[in-house]
Amino acid sequence: MDLNIIWFILVTVLFIGFFFLEGFDYGVGILMPLLSKDDSERRAVINTIGPHWDGNEVWMITAGGALFAAFPHVYATLFSGFYLALVLMLVALILRGLAFEYRSLRDDPVWRNRWDWAIFGGSLVPALLWGVTVGNLMRGFAIDADMNYWGGLIPLLNPYSLLAGLVFVALFTAHGANFLALKLEGALAERARKFGFQAWMAATVLAVLFLIWTFFATDIMVQGFIFALLAAVALLAAGWYAKQGNDKLAFVMTSLTVVFTTIMVFAGLFPRILISSLDAAYTLDIYNASASPYALKVMTIVAAIFVPVVLIYQIWTYKVFSGRIKADPETLIY
Amino acid sequence: MDATILARWQFAIVTIYHFFYVPLTLGLAIFIAIVETKYVRSGNEMYKKMAKFWGKIFLINFAIGVVTGIVQEFQFGMNWSEYSRFMGDIFGAPLAIEALLAFYMESIFIGLWIFGWDKLTKKQHLAAAWLVAIGSNLSAIWILIANSFMQNPVGYTIDPETGRVLMSNFAALVFNPNVMLQFPHVLFAGISLAGFVVMAFSAWHLLRKHEVKFFLTSFRMAAMYALIGSVLVATIGHFQGQFLIEHQPLKMASAEALWETEQPAPLSMFAIINEKEQKNTVDIGIPAMLSFMSYNNFTDEVEGIIDLQAQAEAEYGPGDYIPPVTLNYWGFRAMVGSGSLMMLIALLGVYWGKKDDLVDKTLFLKAVVYSAILPYIAVSTGWILAETGRWPWIVFGLQKVEDAVSPNVPAWNVALSLVLMLVIYTVFTIVAYKLAIKYGTGEIKESSH
Repeated sequence: MDLNIIWFILVTVLFIGFFFLEGFDYGVGILMPLLSKDDSERRAVINTIGPHWDGNEVWMITAGGALFAAFPHVYATLFSGFYLALVLMLVALILRGLAFEYRSLRDDPVWRNRWDWAIFGGSLVPALLWGVTVGNLMRGFAIDADMNYWGGLIPLLNPYSLLAGLVFVALFTAHGANFLALKLEGALAERARKFGFQAWMAATVLAVLFLIWTFFATDIMVQGFIFALLAAVALLAAGWYAKQGNDKLAFVMTSLTVVFTTIMVFAGLFPRILISSLDAAYTLDIYNASASPYALKVMTIVAAIFVPVVLIYQIWTYKVFSGRIKADPETLIY
Repeated sequence: MDATILARWQFAIVTIYHFFYVPLTLGLAIFIAIVETKYVRSGNEMYKKMAKFWGKIFLINFAIGVVTGIVQEFQFGMNWSEYSRFMGDIFGAPLAIEALLAFYMESIFIGLWIFGWDKLTKKQHLAAAWLVAIGSNLSAIWILIANSFMQNPVGYTIDPETGRVLMSNFAALVFNPNVMLQFPHVLFAGISLAGFVVMAFSAWHLLRKHEVKFFLTSFRMAAMYALIGSVLVATIGHFQGQFLIEHQPLKMASAEALWETEQPAPLSMFAIINEKEQKNTVDIGIPAMLSFMSYNNFTDEVEGIIDLQAQAEAEYGPGDYIPPVTLNYWGFRAMVGSGSLMMLIALLGVYWGKKDDLVDKTLFLKAVVYSAILPYIAVSTGWILAETGRWPWIVFGLQKVEDAVSPNVPAWNVALSLVLMLVIYTVFTIVAYKLAIKYGTGEIKESSH
């Protein structure tokens, strides 16, 4: 196996980590204003991810950095080509991050209400846009011979990719609801289960449509079919366990759905990364878009040492903050 | 306006804003870790309250530093895709390593620090504080390794086929002599800035004779911290100047508005600059001082902009190699002037802080409150010099700014994002500033959450 393949796998792993962790993070953010009835309930919902959201978001940053380091042309083509979408996403992420930290700093309902909407929008918009991005990656877009995409935002908002965006939103919402069902108590957890099941139904319907469309409109299923199947099974199992009231396994199953969906996408693309819809010769793959063998070697050594270290302390953090959070103003940390 | 100019404005705006927050994160993280170490060692609850009180200011600042940092990472690909392709081998690696080594560490341990007071043992919590401090400073090292290549390229070859920069020696990249100067310069800038912010809020409370013991202790620690930081940042800055004379002579010559080669060269104190005619209509300086600052003797020749421009044309072909002279001349003076005032104020703070009648020195305390602006002026003008002084290069000697911009992003897109970012950054900087004032001038709480 050459280093280009290793880095393709590593980028896949980073996106798995990103979608798995930020998946429930975004879901929690989307659900926060919908589930909670008063300020301490909202705080309880936020605190389920309070210590974690920033570390979770670093998976996205690292995935971006890894693309830059290992496949600089992919980074350059994707980020310049999807310019306006990324501007919108950056605005959303700025609002969201600030909201988590600034919301409680004033005891003013208007102030808090504004930040609540920032959390909602700041979670919904990136979830949708990442879905749209993934949809376009699967379908390909008009990359020219110089590896540039000139089409602007509108062609990226095609029905197929928008459907992918909706799948992401629904799936992440269900995933987030399952996380909340695990982390909250009493009526609030009950509401999370209820919303979670509705989101799960929406995700299932959308996912079925999306998989069928994918089968006909792309070649992702040629190599990705088995993972699509696993993702579908996990999604169905998630609903079944949610119905049984088994919070833990329901969460495990939406996690697996996210993981297998991500693998499906990357396995379907391999060895391509950005498909050109103009000419297959213009497609960016793990060889024509990569950094030099020397740079890849250096980065492989760094990743081999530090990815496990990061995993150890990040998992430890989740252990420290394990257990359910009560919507009780006496015990909540603001 | 074309996309390149807009993209440059956008980069300048988001980067200067981002660097309002970064140095406070760097310096205050270490300050808080020191305070918490005192708490764990002595068991004195006051130090715990201090860690929490200054921790609140830290968090307000850290949050906006984090979210503006995402823009920093994305915009190379978004606005500077040709740069990203050209430099991917060199620039991507430190950026990815920064995320892997530093961002995870600071982001995860800050979560433990905020929410972990009752969940962790004292020592674990202290470890979290130090890991946040180490993580944020590691982040500075890696981004400065990336920036240092742009200032002083090392450890690379040029791909004969594609013309791209290829990494050939990772160790050379990491141990770039520019990093060895730039990192400590930034680190001590952060330390002095954090010292001034803590001093300023402490002085505000001392003026009102409010919680005197708590804020006198904070003031004393911060004054010493600011003194160490500002003296070292200036000392290292001096050696950076000497390094620049050798490696980026046009940057230094423009910062001194030295048009003609002179032997010995005077150090200009005040100049009215005419960039068009390439001369200073008024120039008051200290004779031979620039020679001394540059080469440690009063006799050496210092090359001027006009000669250096001719040399650059001979080496790189025809073109304009002169950085914005007026901007750099006054920016440099603003930086050095602020730094000098900071050393003086920090020294007085250490000296008067030892005495118990500090609370009665109201004039000095008032000056300290307002002096918190000085390090912000210094860090902003410092970066403006470092980045605009490289003109016309984005990567010194290798790629020009005009060749680096994304060809496929239309000007109106950049204009839109520029306006959006400017508005958002300005609004949230005001919000963060107001929150910092609210908490920095607020009550000390047992639980600051």
